[in-house]
Amino acid sequence: MKALLLAAAAFVAAPAAAQTVAITGGTVALGDGSQPIPNGTVVFAGGRIVAAGAGVAVPAGATVVDARGKWVTPGLVTGPNDLGLLDADGVEESNDLSARTSPFNAGIDVAAAINPDSIAIGNERLGGVTRALVAPGAAGSIFAGQGAVIDLGADPDPVTRARAFQYVELGEAGGRIAGGSRPAAYAALRDALAQARDYRRDPAAFDGRSRDALVKRADVQGLLDVLDGKTPLLVHVERASDIRAVLALPRTYPGMKLVLVGATEAWMVAPEIAAARVPVIAAALADLPASFEQVAATESNVGRLTRAGVVTAISTIGANDAPGEHIIKQYAGNLVAIAKVPGSVGLDWGQAFAAITSRPAEVLGMGGEIGSLRPGRRADVVVWSGDPLELASAPQAIWIDGRAQPTQSRQTRLRDRYLTPGEAALPKAYSY
Amino acid sequence: MRATGLAGVAMALALVGCAESGARPQSAGDNDASGRKVAAEKQRAPGLNKGYSHDPFPSTYRAYPGVPTLVRNVTIYDGEGGRIENGQVLFADGKVVAVGQNVDAPAGTTVIDGAGKWVTPGIIDIHSHLGDYPTPSVQAHSDGNEATDPVTADVWAEHSVWPQDPGFGKALANGGVTTLQILPGSANLFGGRSVVLKNVYARTMQGMKFPGAPYGLKMACGENPKRVYGGKNRKPSTRMGNVAVDRATWAKAAKYRQDWDAYETNGGKAPDRDIAMDTLRGVLSGEIRVQNHCYRADEMAIVMDMAKEFGYRVTAFHHAVEAYKIGDLLKANDTCAAVWADWYGFKMESYDGIGENLALLHKAGACAMIHSDDENGIQRLNQEVAKALASGRRAGIDVPDAEAWEWLSYGPAKALGIAERTGSLKPGKMADVVLWNGDPFSVYTRPEKVWVDGALLYDALDPKRRPISDFELGQPGRDPRMTGEVK
Repeated sequence: MKALLLAAAAFVAAPAAAQTVAITGGTVALGDGSQPIPNGTVVFAGGRIVAAGAGVAVPAGATVVDARGKWVTPGLVTGPNDLGLLDADGVEESNDLSARTSPFNAGIDVAAAINPDSIAIGNERLGGVTRALVAPGAAGSIFAGQGAVIDLGADPDPVTRARAFQYVELGEAGGRIAGGSRPAAYAALRDALAQARDYRRDPAAFDGRSRDALVKRADVQGLLDVLDGKTPLLVHVERASDIRAVLALPRTYPGMKLVLVGATEAWMVAPEIAAARVPVIAAALADLPASFEQVAATESNVGRLTRAGVVTAISTIGANDAPGEHIIKQYAGNLVAIAKVPGSVGLDWGQAFAAITSRPAEVLGMGGEIGSLRPGRRADVVVWSGDPLELASAPQAIWIDGRAQPTQSRQTRLRDRYLTPGEAALPKAYSY
Repeated sequence: MRATGLAGVAMALALVGCAESGARPQSAGDNDASGRKVAAEKQRAPGLNKGYSHDPFPSTYRAYPGVPTLVRNVTIYDGEGGRIENGQVLFADGKVVAVGQNVDAPAGTTVIDGAGKWVTPGIIDIHSHLGDYPTPSVQAHSDGNEATDPVTADVWAEHSVWPQDPGFGKALANGGVTTLQILPGSANLFGGRSVVLKNVYARTMQGMKFPGAPYGLKMACGENPKRVYGGKNRKPSTRMGNVAVDRATWAKAAKYRQDWDAYETNGGKAPDRDIAMDTLRGVLSGEIRVQNHCYRADEMAIVMDMAKEFGYRVTAFHHAVEAYKIGDLLKANDTCAAVWADWYGFKMESYDGIGENLALLHKAGACAMIHSDDENGIQRLNQEVAKALASGRRAGIDVPDAEAWEWLSYGPAKALGIAERTGSLKPGKMADVVLWNGDPFSVYTRPEKVWVDGALLYDALDPKRRPISDFELGQPGRDPRMTGEVK
């Protein structure tokens, strides 16, 4: 407990994170797709990366952290997920993921609802996750609303970028929400975007407040931002034919910036996706025909997309509903593993690590801000006990925006309480 | 279509002429072959456990042919804690022949050099829904929860198993899983019977069925039953309601057991047959093992007392996210915990999940093992153990790798009652063997070859030794002949 308080005091006392830190002697992975660099140095100051790599000088006055025998990397960037939006998926009372009976859709903005004190954020931070793409879930409309990029820092200000993307369902789920079919989902999409254009042409004539209005005034700005390409549109689709249909949308809506999410069958359309310069956040290891829109699921999906030149991040989407976002590093490791299996297409280490650091950032156009140790990026730095993709490795020190993070979570508190079995002189409730 | 179906049922009922007794199953002892009541005169006792068939859907599994095989120059985990460096494994006629550093192989043995590779027993997943919740996960395939009554001890998971589930092949090829228990879901307090399968595709469920494996009874405590039935405004809607319905059911089962034991021993009129009670009687007589879905420590303690009250034992708590809080109690009750590595926080009763669960159970001397409950997780159970192992080591609990393999094969084999026949690499046991292309606790490792009963059923180096289920055949991305790309 004392250690936790001291750590907490340390980062509260250094609000600007102005201190210069140099982490020396470790194996440094920049997260940009390059291979790990032995005996590298990472320097950050003022909350930003100054330099990282081999032959980097330690500035005078820097606090030096010895990382010999360890790995130093950017923190993991995961998503789309629900970190900070709920306390437990099955506990409806606390669950802010989706809003089935809300009259609003594209205007929904998760940023104000993110709870940085949620237990999952603290637990997952200790797994090495430092940023997340938090997305609302679609329920009453194919448009789920606007997601945010957050940090997992132990501080009261979690939002890195509000309204960082709009999320829409256009596959099986989209069809179901829209009334029962994919064509109905496309009708809903086109109608909503047409109404947004109507509003732009003549706001005074726009209805948008009556009970019957399918698109409310509150939703219009979200849709216009999608039309103008100010907000990337994350489209959840899985089937190859659905992906082709989505890739055709910019012919009608030229400003639209698309991102494919899920995209289990994307490998079948890889050249078209690459030509359209549309990035993908893929379900990493999906290899079962979980639905009829995922019949061609294969672990080689990400490898084939990457080989085709598609910017591809990986996610836990479709895997399970648990908050264990840290398992993304295990998924990345598996993509390296299958490179050795004849007939499979995997990733090399640098590509795999990029898929869980810089690629998710680049997908949203935020590669200059987070996801790597290149100069100027936010100093989200993790010192690992070993190769971060390996199952035995764990973070030993974490900085977010250059601030040192606590080394305990509710999970470590539970662990410590039950390290010794049975009750002692007093009940377990007195052991803390 | 629906009208036709109903008419058909009505006609069938009329034809068998038993409409007056409804659909309640009659015992074989009550009726003669043509369904007429037999006079209640004194009949000869059939003998204990012989009043009705205990194996009406018998296994037709047969091992596929293999060749005598020696894998040498490998690191071996024998499954019972043993580790052999530069070891050799010999198997022939479907059985392990010898394991050691120097093994004499007869002439004609196929020799595989495994430098840098590992050999382990095949992985056994004690908690799977492959077949009863198969992919594609469409509603038409939702066959794992008979969620129409909280007590459905009469259903058998094997009657839902679709042997064409593509998940079996993935569990074999990616996961090295050679045996698995298929359970009903956890909507019900008494979910029904489980079935143990060899992970070998067959045209029928019986063709996959592990010969002679005991049955299990799936039970569930906690949130699921009370949510499902409370949501229908039915009992149980609370945890106390869960236990109340459990106890009422066990009390009925005790009477059923008494009646049938008496009849089978002494003869007389056969008691009415009740398919649900058959299963519970099997539990009370020690023939069927209780596999109990339960998350919270306090609830597991209550269930173990309830088991004592009615004279049975819980073989294993499944999920058991809070088992680490009561390792001592589980040990004292000789009850196992089958757990995940780090799956937590998805519902209230999983809120206290921690990555050290397995290691803390091990430290307490309790029986523990890994399980998947998931068609994706089953493909990486070795990795789940690697994570649990590492979490334990960080907490100062240093379990050797070879010992941790018990969580993957020997532990589940014991809990399933098949440890005399599989689960470790001991001479005479089934040659359920995995050759890994590296350290199986590394993320960079995959199975290279998997043998079941000595038959090579997956080989990463041979595109023809990869199963493709009927569903996958002719599908883009799954059937290599359809796309030119191997899945």
